[in-house]
Amino acid sequence: MLEEQDVQALLEKVLGFSKATQTEVLFLGTDRSLTRFANNYIHQNVAETNTAVNVRAVLGNKIGVASTNKLDDEALRDVVERATAIAKVQPENPEFKSLPGQQAITPVNGYSEDTAAFGPEDRAQGVKVIVDRAVATGYESAGAFETTVQQVAVGNSLGVFANHVGTEAEAHVVVMADAGGSGYAQRVSMDAGNIDFEALATEAVEKAGKSRNPVELPIGEYRVVLDGYAVGEMLQYLAFMGLSALAVQEERSFMNGHFGEQVAAESVTIYDDAFDPEGLPIGFDFEGVPKQRVPLIERGVARTVVYDSFTANREGKANTGHALPAPNTFGPYPTHLMMAAGEASREDLFRGIERGVYVTRFHYCNIVHPVRTLFTGMTRDGTFLIEHGELTTPVKSFRFTQSILETLAAAEAIGKQRMQVRDYTTVVAPAIRSSKFNFTGLTQ
Amino acid sequence: MQDLANTALNIALQLGATYADARVMERTVESISVKNGRVEALSSSVDSGFNVRVIVNGAWGFASSARMDLKEAQKIAGQAVAIARASALVGGKSARLSVLPPQRGSYTTPIRCDPFTVPLEEKVGLLLKADEAMRSVKGVSIATGNMEFGRERKLFASSEGSLIEQTLYDSGAAIVAEAVGDGEIQQRSYPNSFGRQAGTAGYEFVEAMNLPEHGQRIGEEAVKLLTAKQCPSGTMTIILDGPQAALQVHESCGHPIELDRVLGMEAGFVGKSFLTTDKLGTHFRYGSDAVNIVADATTPGGLGSFGWDDEGVPAQRTDIVKNGIFSGYLMSRDTAPELGLSSNGCVRADGWNRLPMIRMTNVSLLPGDWKLEDLIADTAEGLYLCTNRSWSIDDRRLNFQFGTEIGWEIKNGKLGALLKNCTYTGITPEFWGSCDAVCDDWVVWGTPNCGKGEPMQVMRTGHGAASARFRSVQVGVGKWGE
Repeated sequence: MLEEQDVQALLEKVLGFSKATQTEVLFLGTDRSLTRFANNYIHQNVAETNTAVNVRAVLGNKIGVASTNKLDDEALRDVVERATAIAKVQPENPEFKSLPGQQAITPVNGYSEDTAAFGPEDRAQGVKVIVDRAVATGYESAGAFETTVQQVAVGNSLGVFANHVGTEAEAHVVVMADAGGSGYAQRVSMDAGNIDFEALATEAVEKAGKSRNPVELPIGEYRVVLDGYAVGEMLQYLAFMGLSALAVQEERSFMNGHFGEQVAAESVTIYDDAFDPEGLPIGFDFEGVPKQRVPLIERGVARTVVYDSFTANREGKANTGHALPAPNTFGPYPTHLMMAAGEASREDLFRGIERGVYVTRFHYCNIVHPVRTLFTGMTRDGTFLIEHGELTTPVKSFRFTQSILETLAAAEAIGKQRMQVRDYTTVVAPAIRSSKFNFTGLTQ
Repeated sequence: MQDLANTALNIALQLGATYADARVMERTVESISVKNGRVEALSSSVDSGFNVRVIVNGAWGFASSARMDLKEAQKIAGQAVAIARASALVGGKSARLSVLPPQRGSYTTPIRCDPFTVPLEEKVGLLLKADEAMRSVKGVSIATGNMEFGRERKLFASSEGSLIEQTLYDSGAAIVAEAVGDGEIQQRSYPNSFGRQAGTAGYEFVEAMNLPEHGQRIGEEAVKLLTAKQCPSGTMTIILDGPQAALQVHESCGHPIELDRVLGMEAGFVGKSFLTTDKLGTHFRYGSDAVNIVADATTPGGLGSFGWDDEGVPAQRTDIVKNGIFSGYLMSRDTAPELGLSSNGCVRADGWNRLPMIRMTNVSLLPGDWKLEDLIADTAEGLYLCTNRSWSIDDRRLNFQFGTEIGWEIKNGKLGALLKNCTYTGITPEFWGSCDAVCDDWVVWGTPNCGKGEPMQVMRTGHGAASARFRSVQVGVGKWGE
């Protein structure tokens, strides 16, 4: 990682090489290590040190983007020249107004020295705790433990300068028992020292034991309790389907025509908050714009979506600080998606369910129809029948094909505990109980 | 490049590695996206670095860096060895490699026109022309076009004496028309959805697509889909077009034949495979007699074609399913010995900073004799489903569900009403067992976005496929309110 004055000097040097009307430079530094285990031993163990310099050159309203992962002057001059040459050859884009200007950024702490100092032996010790528990129970474990130090720095010719060094530690495990039993657990934290490997192993081992000898349950619509892992993944897909201003502007979002309307139960509040310490805090986006807390669905009512500079300028709206790195055809994205906790204890979530299904996690979800918020996927690593408010029998994994908003509209209770879940993105979510979830298939 | 690799190998061996290999790689990518008459994104990236992979005390270690000097090569080799020693702390099996005689040579993708020499204006112009054709259709809300070109230079050296240099090119493009209506969104893509159709080829591959000629047609289809009939629910005969058959092969055959997945090495992430090792050589029926599948890294133009894999094993062809019988896996040097076999050259890394692992090469459904029009004429009732829109499959690759962009009813051997929101689902061996016809309209389709591994690697794979017919398939999954 570069010291703040060094990264600022680097960005200024690159900006100095540019003769474009406006120029933006994004620096990314990565130190990532990942220890992967399967069959109760470490089979893959990797480390990566990388940098990237991404230059966005603006000529009038024509934009070119180029990147390199080399930091010598020759490479930096070349990347500026490539970005400028690309900008020159393209037609005007009158919808582009300007790169963002300088704004005050609230400092956040997203860095842990513990995580940065974690070495391969430390990771192996964490993994060993899990493996030893699996071996002691006669089960098989597979998973990974990753520690990352990531630097993001942005500068532009309008005076923007922002620098953040953050850390992330993530560990997950699938424990596999005999007789078709399996259980999953994951922990995500800024601080690797906060990951309790004993608790992680216990959670997965217990689920694996309880899910042995699953029975086949008929497909159909059930009342469900979705654990935080499943809710987090579901919300991630909801975001993919249309919590971005670009999707709304192109009228392909489920939010179109429904702002101000009740789209979910009153107990459902979904927002993006990069400052919440339950997530992985950062103060600005990939354009160096300060992050705003954005209410997306508030007490069930569709409120707003997230913006970057292009979509904000196009619509005359405030930029919420949700740009992804240029060139970005995906549009702005809620990178710190969260669902507000409710008041239900774990027992409350199951109470009153005469016959329902408890889903501990999903597997391989995908969008079927974005406007209908219809998605499909499998349940995995522990699906259980709920009878008279109690978990009674493990059941075989289902395929589901379900509208996310329908499930959120039918939410009956929201858990008071939240967990940070990482799939493609990181989401903080509680468990929920919903009266509508459509299981459409079974696997063998 | 060679100095860097040799330095790393020497240090690794001095520090106690019993095996070491090094890869020095540089990938250059040019990417163009247009949307609604404007250039949405135009970028050029150059990414280079090197990695060192070692076995120490029977355990693996891997380290990589973007900094390419001899001092860094020494440091990274040392880091790889330290990581391998840490791996050994948790015990487990000792890594064993299948025998490989030292490999020496070079390979360059055969191309007619280097895509990096074609002026950007020409490429942008071609996409904008196709964009205009799509937007000439009233009702098209979003027209997009994409092109991407890659050039990968890589050097592989191993402590066993292999030294290989390769330059691989890939080119791809696609256009998409989207129409938005009252609570409805529909899209049509050409030649394929989800990014692009791609191959190891030059710019000639993109020119041959004739993108502008197809713009109006897909625009019209997208608009018609808004008011088309909803796909019916039930069990019926379906015919898949080539692109959808290719993704069906990718998900339900390509992934479950990865031997690392079969052996549980991916169990903590995407899962295992129903094609367990007891099914090899025991006449396990994967599909009907009509189903023949090969993995072939020598397929001309295939997106998974190369000279040697990233362990230095020569590109080759393996029977995967022969007349419906499961016949082989995709293997690496450290998994093949588990079956008493040698690697069949299926290992790749998606960059200098990623561990080489088993990846699909070109896993292809071999063509049959049927003409598509004859197959439709031979089908009394069913659905003709084209171009993927959605996919999902379980953690053993058995229960799958796909959606397609468009479908047509087949009635009495003729295509009938247009259908929207088509989905179908099944169980892999039952589904392939119901395949009773494969057509001769065989094309190698590229899947440029195959995800696997942790950290995630996105690989370019190829799939030769043709239209094919399947009986008694469940279609129209879920509640559609119609």
